[in-house]
Amino acid sequence: MKLTLKVWRQKNNTAQGHFENYQVEADEHMSFLEMLDVLNQELIEKKEDPVAFEHDCREGICGACSMVINGRPHGSQAGTTTCQLHMRAFKTGDTITIEPFRANAFPVIKDLAVDRSSFDAIIQAGGYISVNTGQAPDGNAIPIEKDLASEAFDAATCIGCGACVAACPNGSAMLFTSAKINHLGKMPQGQVEHGRRVKNMVRVMDKEGFGKCSNVGACEVDCPKEISTDNIAALNRYYLGQVFGGQD
Amino acid sequence: MRWLIDFLTSSIGKKLVMSLTGLFLISFLVVHLLGNLQLLIPDGGVKFNIYAKFMTTNPIVKFLAIGLYTGILLHTVQGILIVLGNKKAKGSKYAVSTYENGSWMSKNMGLLGLLILFFLCVHMGDFWYKMKFTDQMPMVTYDGVVMKDLYTAVYTSFSQVWIVIIYLIGLVALSLHLLHGFQSAFTTLGLRHKKYTPLIKLMGIGFSVAIPALYALIPLWVLIKEAANY
Repeated sequence: MKLTLKVWRQKNNTAQGHFENYQVEADEHMSFLEMLDVLNQELIEKKEDPVAFEHDCREGICGACSMVINGRPHGSQAGTTTCQLHMRAFKTGDTITIEPFRANAFPVIKDLAVDRSSFDAIIQAGGYISVNTGQAPDGNAIPIEKDLASEAFDAATCIGCGACVAACPNGSAMLFTSAKINHLGKMPQGQVEHGRRVKNMVRVMDKEGFGKCSNVGACEVDCPKEISTDNIAALNRYYLGQVFGGQD
Repeated sequence: MRWLIDFLTSSIGKKLVMSLTGLFLISFLVVHLLGNLQLLIPDGGVKFNIYAKFMTTNPIVKFLAIGLYTGILLHTVQGILIVLGNKKAKGSKYAVSTYENGSWMSKNMGLLGLLILFFLCVHMGDFWYKMKFTDQMPMVTYDGVVMKDLYTAVYTSFSQVWIVIIYLIGLVALSLHLLHGFQSAFTTLGLRHKKYTPLIKLMGIGFSVAIPALYALIPLWVLIKEAANY
């Protein structure tokens, strides 16, 4: 299949970016990233600068691949990352516009690669639990209700790719932050730091320059793991509870 | 007090201010509508004018009105600050934009809010300002008591087509603003559960359609009635 790609090219963070058109011959069985590999191979053979994009596991669990395809983070196919999007979702003659994730807290490093270390800062502020070292505890020592475990697990499927921020017209990181807080806070093991975690992760999220959630719901639509915005409502609830009922 | 400042400057704190003032203004919409529907009573304005006198002179109402002005001011200023902050946080826009994720209203609350503010300025300039600060109001006497004839002022105003059009635009903006705002306010408060959220959403849609429609009925009724008299 013959495709026209309109790819965002930007030398570095301070350079002015622009769209560049490329023709590429792809196979419908290729993943989107493999199609970009074909393009890059051609660029390298022509001694041109290949398109920079992030990728790692290529099986939808690492969250590295990050690009906006025709206006949608990870493309318009629901519940998949860019690496799980296959060229059979397109047809020959299509023009595909590829842009980096856009948000002030995700500055462009080069072309389609953005710096998502602002997410690391949020995780460092409270995305952990404290356990005693020593022998591995018995897996079933603490009874956990199945419904609660399922809710925590749904939140835990967040791969931290940043598609929520990219999709949000406000550049808000509430879906990511709330998923992490619910993942840990719904379990008994996460209770020790729960209050501090809620306040600190929100504080750092604000400090990193993310926008304010206005309940648009675009994040939930484009999340490759289909994390629900119910997590955001729960975070609001925890946060208000901590401010008005917490220790400090 | 450090905790309060930290809270009010946090993103969730700012949203809470929007949510609470929004819900407060929603409650005002109901009260204001119930009062104004008296304009449709065919008694030459006796009931409405006595009500209007009560609303402008009663000390408790006057005190509550200060709360209302504060609510409008907070909702407006905080709203503008949030929209500007979010614009900055988003940075640049995408070359391709889609409307598949998120309703148009939810993405344009700032614009809709400004339209409502514009309408509010016209509305308050037309009645509130004239009633409170000028002698331009027609007067009427009921049982020897002289009072301002707001009823006639409203009928004079609403017999002009362009004023009615401004009102209708304002009310459409209000309806769209409420369609997102009503249910969004509850999410911001953390009130979301599969038990009652469908009810909140349904109530939100009903409220956003019914309240502006009933408000719109007043200028349309007057316009048609006045036109029929000619």
